[in-house]
Amino acid sequence: MKNVICITCPKGCHLTVDEDNGYAVAGNSCPRGAEYGKNELQHPVRVITSTVRITGAAGPRLPVKTDRPLPKEKMFQCMELLNGITAQAPVHVGQVLAANILDTDVNIVASKSM
Amino acid sequence: MKYDLVIIGGGPAGLSAANAAWEDGCRSICIVERDRELGGILNQCIHNGFGLHYFKEELTGPEYAGRFIEKLKGTGVDVRLDAMVLDITADKQVHIVSTAGGYEVLEAKAVVLAMGCRERTRGAIAIPGTRPAGIFTAGAAQRYLNIEGYMVGRRVVILGSGDIGLIMARRMTLEGAKVLACVEVMPYSGGLTRNIVQCLNDFDIPLYLSHTITDIQGKDRVERVVVSEVGPDRRPIPGTEMTFDCDTVLLSVGLIPENELSRSAGVEMDARTNGPKVFENMETSIPGVFACGNVLHVHDLVDFVTAEAARAGKAAAACCAGGRKAPERVIEVKNGNLVGYTVPQRIRADTDFKAVDVFFRVRAICGASRIVVTDSTGTQIAAFKRERMAPGEMENIKLPRVLLEKAQGDLTVSVEED
Repeated sequence: MKNVICITCPKGCHLTVDEDNGYAVAGNSCPRGAEYGKNELQHPVRVITSTVRITGAAGPRLPVKTDRPLPKEKMFQCMELLNGITAQAPVHVGQVLAANILDTDVNIVASKSM
Repeated sequence: MKYDLVIIGGGPAGLSAANAAWEDGCRSICIVERDRELGGILNQCIHNGFGLHYFKEELTGPEYAGRFIEKLKGTGVDVRLDAMVLDITADKQVHIVSTAGGYEVLEAKAVVLAMGCRERTRGAIAIPGTRPAGIFTAGAAQRYLNIEGYMVGRRVVILGSGDIGLIMARRMTLEGAKVLACVEVMPYSGGLTRNIVQCLNDFDIPLYLSHTITDIQGKDRVERVVVSEVGPDRRPIPGTEMTFDCDTVLLSVGLIPENELSRSAGVEMDARTNGPKVFENMETSIPGVFACGNVLHVHDLVDFVTAEAARAGKAAAACCAGGRKAPERVIEVKNGNLVGYTVPQRIRADTDFKAVDVFFRVRAICGASRIVVTDSTGTQIAAFKRERMAPGEMENIKLPRVLLEKAQGDLTVSVEED
């Protein structure tokens, strides 16, 4: 049995996950908590939010995010990849700036129109 | 220049108030914003976690703001950017100055105060030591990094475990800095538990509870800080000093509602929230002047700011439409055991509402407990169960009109631990 704190929402439920019993989750208040608990022990994932350079816009930085969670161990590789991106205005919120990064089905998308 | 409604501040509170007032038929609205774009602090909060309550999905700060800015574009609301409000008078004249328009006076039938809050600084908490470069409030560092694109340091100690400090611990780490420690004077974190997990634990950043910075050293730039354990009286314990070699100190030591304008207008203030006292419709002690968002009380979640500001916007639109009668009965909401403050502080019992949302914070961490609302005779008119409450997490109870009608005199909100 492992104790984890759910990060899906601000409530922060204290979960217990039973690895010997099909990763059964207890202590969650919603189905997303059960999914988080299962994932967290087997293959933890995180959404990355950061910025990339942008030219031709009012400011020098464009906020971006991964459009779905990325394997946790690839967070710093993702940051390195973002260092190499320079966007050109105009950019629309949701626009894909890099597709299927690091051999995953995760895309980098703009989180602001600039 | 004349408007029905002038809104001071174009952050989440101002945007929501404007949209709500427009939806309720107010057709002469102006937002005055001092920054060069709308969205307020959300523009620099590039992390996700916004909107779970309001949009039922997880958005970044710029995305959350963007939705309200897009909605506003479909309305006829005027927006003055790069414009600073100098003064608001009690008869609702708003004095503003901007490069584009020079000095102007906007005359309004109603005003919504949505100026937000600002960070406490080193001066506010009086940390001993030298005065080198490299000491930032967490929010200032966040703006440098996320909007201007400057890295503020390489080896970082964070004082305070509020959400902004925790978010910056992760952000600086992802950008290549080494965050040596997060230091919190209280025996518990001021931030959300999820942020302790995903911002500190994910990156093995130690959190020192019941500790504080007792010395900052360095000539031109921060060179090291001394951290000491504190006792239950929050005074440093001699002999517990630890030294961290660092070039940067980030402060996440609390937020102060920015109410200079409210005070100069003569709005009655609440010493507990550092914000105006308001009625259930967010109206202050000056009729036609409303307040919402972090200028009223500091929120943890923007979703609650949006909802609160929408109430203010609707009430301001109704005020502009006119035809209100003077209230016959005002109920004061008082704080009882373990309750730090309540918003609203007053309820007009005879105005038109179905239920009043009362927000408050507890003064200490509580286990399983009951929130009890009593009237002046000591009769319990409502009770709510909670598994756990913490000062870092705002609580919210709904008091239906039928219960308020039964209440005698004023209300007291208190917490009884099981």
